[in-house]
Amino acid sequence: MSGGPPIVVRGLNHFFGHGEARKQAIWDVNLEIARGKLTILMGPSGSGKTTVLTLMGCLRDVQEGSVRLLGAELNGASEADLVQLRRRLGFIFQAHNLHDSLTATQNVLMGLQVHGKGDPVKQAKAASHILDLVGLGDRADYLPGNLSGGQKQRVAVARALVSNPEIIFADEPTAALDKQSGQTVVQMLKQLGQDRNTTTVMVTHDNRILELADRIITLEEGRIAKDVIQEKPLQIVQSQSVS
Amino acid sequence: MSGVLAALFGRLPIGWLQLTHSRTRFAAALAGVSFATILVFMQLGILGALNQSTIAPYDHFRADIMISSEDANTLTDGGNVARTRLFQALGVPGVAEGAPILIGDLVLQMPDGSSSSLQTFGLNVTDARFVSPETASQMDLLRQENHALIDTATRGIPAEAFDGLLAGSPFPFEIQGTTLTAVGTLQVGGGFTADGTLFVSEQTFLRTSPNRAAGAPSHILLNVDEGADPAIVVERLRATLPMDAVKVQTLKDAAAADLAYQTTERPTGIIFGFGVVIGIIVGIVIVYQVLSTDVADHLKEYATFKAMGYGQTFFLGIVLEEALVLAIFGFIPGLLVSLGLYAGMSSLTGLPVAMTPDRIAMVFVGTVAACALSGAIATRRLAAANPADLF
Repeated sequence: MSGGPPIVVRGLNHFFGHGEARKQAIWDVNLEIARGKLTILMGPSGSGKTTVLTLMGCLRDVQEGSVRLLGAELNGASEADLVQLRRRLGFIFQAHNLHDSLTATQNVLMGLQVHGKGDPVKQAKAASHILDLVGLGDRADYLPGNLSGGQKQRVAVARALVSNPEIIFADEPTAALDKQSGQTVVQMLKQLGQDRNTTTVMVTHDNRILELADRIITLEEGRIAKDVIQEKPLQIVQSQSVS
Repeated sequence: MSGVLAALFGRLPIGWLQLTHSRTRFAAALAGVSFATILVFMQLGILGALNQSTIAPYDHFRADIMISSEDANTLTDGGNVARTRLFQALGVPGVAEGAPILIGDLVLQMPDGSSSSLQTFGLNVTDARFVSPETASQMDLLRQENHALIDTATRGIPAEAFDGLLAGSPFPFEIQGTTLTAVGTLQVGGGFTADGTLFVSEQTFLRTSPNRAAGAPSHILLNVDEGADPAIVVERLRATLPMDAVKVQTLKDAAAADLAYQTTERPTGIIFGFGVVIGIIVGIVIVYQVLSTDVADHLKEYATFKAMGYGQTFFLGIVLEEALVLAIFGFIPGLLVSLGLYAGMSSLTGLPVAMTPDRIAMVFVGTVAACALSGAIATRRLAAANPADLF
């Protein structure tokens, strides 16, 4: 792990479509994301926040400009390099994208098995521990179809966190949740940052969670319109740490 | 099952869990693979019946070499061979013995008015060295005028009609206006050109086929001296006999050439061959459809796995796991249904439609390969796309 910012974006442009239908969605975005902080990307629909998130998270090819993620340049990176980088990240999506035929535990195990076979007993313990932390210890053997929306999202969070990622990218993780579930999810992510120095980048429309952010970047029409660093964001105080 | 597969793969058996998650869809997918298997088995069964019925007559004879008319592509078509070729051949070094055979199609009339066509072989009954042991043991029975060995599997004649004959009572029947007596049996069955087989002496054959002559048999069979190489003797015969009038081949080569002619030049063979190709293509399309639909239905989950750092080999592994499960669990009912259909088709048509271990192995390997190939193709979109494009 290098000592610099885990994410450095320089002169980032991005286009969708081809030929005459080609349209620029991101215009000369420059930013650095500090380690261990919760950064929120905000903006109206179509402002380009999810596109920036997916470009920073190796989910989309960088077309123009530079994105350095954990010290590696993404523009022109090989598929093999991208696969290795993705294993150091955690993703939480608006749609939980849990595998319907896998139980909560098995879905979480997928976050561990990506790193290799490992010791099945240790993996099972780690999965069980993280499910306990998100309050789903008693739902470990449930299929997603038998869980509520909030519970599914918490399983998705557990899956993203179980392998101790260096950066978590979250795209509208609270959009499908009620107020209490949404706060629980974001508080977990915030506490993780505090306990493990994990960097979190989150796209959200949810004003209820802005007070937890260390930094709020607002995008409009593909450009950074506002970039606010909160000097005293709300800190999470909880007796049980995520570790 | 999940535990066994997990231990086998060293990971969660996602393919198996995915397939069995919805029992109805799993059953539908298995039905699709089974149907594809049945389709291929049936086409191969029909083609196999053609092959089997083409080769079967050759199995009645024990000879190293066969001399045929130059234009004869099969046992039954083409012209005849002058009997003098037999005497010429006997003068060639390496040729030990020879015998003519006459072949013709005769129509058997049953008392109830029904009829069956019989591929009839007229043999030199004084020489049993050119026929199979089963026929050789009954050759003496044919010495008597109008006696015959009849095929108890003849299509159109109920098996019970031969009960008396099998119990030792001769079975009289009419053929071309002549009454023959079946005094012995053989079991061959119907083919695509005749309903059964009949063995008679040369003299009886000529009596029932007045347009044929003793001096012009259909083919001449030869055996070579002990230790002689039939291929070398064939070359000597070709150098001696007029090749614009006759063709000389080993009996094995003649059977192979007949089979090749039937399957590649006769309409029936070509149609059945196309049937096999179409069956395989339709089978692959069905299997591909099943697997590609499954991949498409799970694209979001796969995209999530891809975002987590799973590579293309992982997805190939899942789809190949599914392909293997579908191939095995779809093949077994497909095979069982095909066995039933073979039995039914054989019983209804009298054709030798029979399952062979080779065919079972070949179709199973083909099913696994088709499933694996279809699965690999179905994951192409996943390989090419960015995860963000798949959500």
